[in-house]
Amino acid sequence: MKPIAEIWKVLEGIPDPEIPVISVVELGIIRALRYEGHSLIITITPTYSGCPAMTAISMDIHNNLRENGIEDFKIETVYTPAWTTDWMNAEAKEKLRKYGIAPPNELVKHKLNVLTGDHDEEVNCPHCGSSNTSLTSQFGSTACKSLYKCNDCLEPFDYFKCI
Amino acid sequence: MTKQEALYIYLLRLADQHLILGHRLSEMSSKGPFLEEDIACSNIALDLIGNANHILQYAAEVEGKNKTADDLAFLRDERNFYNTFLAEQPNVDFAYVMVRHFFADVFDSLVYAELTKSSDETLAAIAAKALKEITYHLRHTSKWIIRLGDGTEVSKTRVQNAINELYRFTGELFEMNEVDTILINEKIACDLSALHTPWLAKVNAVLTEATLTLPSDTFMQRGSRNGVHTEHLGFLLAEMQHLHRAFPGAQW
Repeated sequence: MKPIAEIWKVLEGIPDPEIPVISVVELGIIRALRYEGHSLIITITPTYSGCPAMTAISMDIHNNLRENGIEDFKIETVYTPAWTTDWMNAEAKEKLRKYGIAPPNELVKHKLNVLTGDHDEEVNCPHCGSSNTSLTSQFGSTACKSLYKCNDCLEPFDYFKCI
Repeated sequence: MTKQEALYIYLLRLADQHLILGHRLSEMSSKGPFLEEDIACSNIALDLIGNANHILQYAAEVEGKNKTADDLAFLRDERNFYNTFLAEQPNVDFAYVMVRHFFADVFDSLVYAELTKSSDETLAAIAAKALKEITYHLRHTSKWIIRLGDGTEVSKTRVQNAINELYRFTGELFEMNEVDTILINEKIACDLSALHTPWLAKVNAVLTEATLTLPSDTFMQRGSRNGVHTEHLGFLLAEMQHLHRAFPGAQW
């Protein structure tokens, strides 16, 4: 049986299928690893309920573990605690920014009020750093992103919305 | 009715509402008024169907007859669906789509907030996840209602027409039966009658800002709690279920 720490290393090598600059571990999708007898249990949580990348991610986990000689494993999905962008660390956020995606703000500071939908988040342009940006659409190319544009450098960009 | 039977029906009610709303909205994919809105509708549809999938998986587990979420989505007939009339109404024009989802989103924001406190841990977890997504949906539809209502003469007329037509399907959202009574006692479900006032308050707040009004003296249509539906659901199911029924167990 491979030690858990080594398995984390293997999983850290799996890129997110939609945003290949960050790994599925950095994204916070993989919640826990444990052995039940000789069987490895991988606990994952979906980002968005209907995120189509979840199937691709499960397949990538399967393939990577097999390539590393791990055959006896099971992937379990949990819903609680619900996935949040706050699980992404500063390093991962910086990778997103360099890739041209504005990283998510901290949810604790920008929690949306469910009924009023109020929130005045400041989203900085990942290209020029300007805070003079405007929301084009709350829903972007994938479930996790909104579309923004920068009023200074005039570039459109994706914002990884905080949930 | 046992607690297990009540929970099964209750889960179908929640799942069907999102499955049918989501399927209807998915009909907008490639037909949105402009690219960003097309993407928004498709994204919201995906959230709704994804959430329905989670709830149906749990419903299948509760039923304990070795079924899958797909079996429940694709092999039940119209009379065994428990979504409300509102969810199955067709996409007449963009205003109808937004009003239908706005009414449903306000309701969902209230129900799912309550369900996060459910004594059923699985349901509470699914609700906590869904609530985050519903927050974005409601924000999106509220803004559209305001833009359409406070927009041009044409947009205002169309959105007011949609409100006048669809409002009669909203009474049903708050209807309760034996299922609710059993589950409220177990602290699994929430008391829908308590949500009517906050629902009206939120709807009216947005409509006022949009310079729109709810019709008065509306006769509220009812039936979905017993599996009775408007003529639109059958056609929707025929399309949605066709592939699975023609090629049982099809996968790709």
